[in-house]
Amino acid sequence: MNALIFYSFAAILLFAAVMVITVRNPVKAALFLVLAFFTSAGIWLMLHAEFLAISLVLVYVGAVLVLFLFVVMMLDIDVAPLKEGFARYLPLGILVAALIVVEMITVLNAPAFNIAAPEVVEESNTKQLGRLLYTVYVYPFEIASVILTVAIVAAITLTLREHSRKLQDISKQVAVRREDRVRLVNLRKKQDEGDQAP
Amino acid sequence: MDILLDHILPTLLKIMLIVGPLMLAVAYLTYAERKVIGYIQTRIGPNRVGPWGLLQPIADGLKLLMKEVIFPARSNLYLFLIAPVLAIGPALAAWAVIPFDAELVLADINAGLLYVLAITSMSVYGVVIAGWASNSRYAFLGGLRSAAQVVSYEIAMGFALVGVLVAAGSLNLSEIVLAQQGGILHWYWLPLLPLFVVYFVSGVAETNRAPFDIAEGESEIVAGFHVEYSGMAFAVFFLAEYADMILISILAATLFMGGWLSPFEGIPVLEGLFSWVPGLIWLLAKTALFLFIYLWLRATFPRYRYDQIMRLGWKVFIPVTLVWLVIISIAQVMDIGPWFTETAALAAGGA
Repeated sequence: MNALIFYSFAAILLFAAVMVITVRNPVKAALFLVLAFFTSAGIWLMLHAEFLAISLVLVYVGAVLVLFLFVVMMLDIDVAPLKEGFARYLPLGILVAALIVVEMITVLNAPAFNIAAPEVVEESNTKQLGRLLYTVYVYPFEIASVILTVAIVAAITLTLREHSRKLQDISKQVAVRREDRVRLVNLRKKQDEGDQAP
Repeated sequence: MDILLDHILPTLLKIMLIVGPLMLAVAYLTYAERKVIGYIQTRIGPNRVGPWGLLQPIADGLKLLMKEVIFPARSNLYLFLIAPVLAIGPALAAWAVIPFDAELVLADINAGLLYVLAITSMSVYGVVIAGWASNSRYAFLGGLRSAAQVVSYEIAMGFALVGVLVAAGSLNLSEIVLAQQGGILHWYWLPLLPLFVVYFVSGVAETNRAPFDIAEGESEIVAGFHVEYSGMAFAVFFLAEYADMILISILAATLFMGGWLSPFEGIPVLEGLFSWVPGLIWLLAKTALFLFIYLWLRATFPRYRYDQIMRLGWKVFIPVTLVWLVIISIAQVMDIGPWFTETAALAAGGA
């Protein structure tokens, strides 16, 4: 039963991954990437890595790829010019692909990845992961989060050009009262007072 | 075939026991919505079909079933048809982990809260894909608006839920309810009041309901993402939206209002008087309260302006949740009573 589920997930995953790079429409490619992430989350779930699986769905499927899709949908890509450079870039592409394959093989054969089948433990996977992250790996974890925060701040600052944009101060708009916008003028009285008015 | 009889069939039966009443609730939520808003606006609302108009939702459903589904020219047909499915799938899947009573839960998984958050975060795809596949400017604008809004409010919502899990010391929804035991003042709405407000308002925004319904915004973009949908395809979007509303309400009841626990716990006479009421009834009553607030909001507030929605999500809600998260973390570590002492002991006992 487990094997059946695994192979069907694996087949869907491979299919989706191939479609990501072969399909012509970028929106469809992004949607196949969603499918690929979702099925790999399913496979992780079978490895008793429920926290990783759910956070993969939460972070990548729920947020990152929505933003991807957001950007890709706005682009009006004409497919024909994209295919022009295919022959020219093919050797470089093959070289990069070969490099990645070699790297994957060496990394996955490294001792750190030589793990036997996961032992089923009483305690929940989430709890164990949390305890490890905040004790043994607390410094790498915190440093990584600080780096990410810096990256976010940097990305936001890049879009801030104080001089060239219109700013609306919404708190001012919300706090506005009638007296700020409306001035009641008694016209009859004004006419009586002086005749300078045109 | 044992696995079929022992696991798959009972699970399917349980799923039907959840989805069937849920669909009925969705139908009568539309009726309640029209009645409640009607009375708020001093109208009567539907009263012609059946006694008090009670058969109105069924008549509406039949009407939508009979209507023709129109496919717009040059739309992307597959994605056009998949979009409603992607909208209703997550809206139903999230119900798997909701605890209806002490032992009444379909899938009692450890990371229940995370599962809910992950599944509900996927419901945006239905709207986005519908907007893109329709090949219509209005639908596209609605889809884009919805994508930006849902991703923004998800962050505030996630932080509010982190507050709950810090207070309860667990991601399991049943354990979160049990951590709130001890009467109405022990429920998390009081110690986590800012998070409770942020959670519910973000929930309203996540489900694209008024006053956050800019994805539909009929005064600006006709009907937004579902402008090209008709008949049953439209009805599925409708079902998904209402199922999501009920889900957000039942989650608010579970996480902040003590779930199936009786509100009279710890009160001498009333506790005994009401002890015969099953937990499910309490949970449903609390859910109905939140659903009423949904309708009340819709009848009361004008639609938000788009940039104000973004400001509320990013500049108000996220800072509020972050501050309150720090406060309850300190309270949890310092064992500040009456809320954080027992639960701390509970978490330590479970560890």
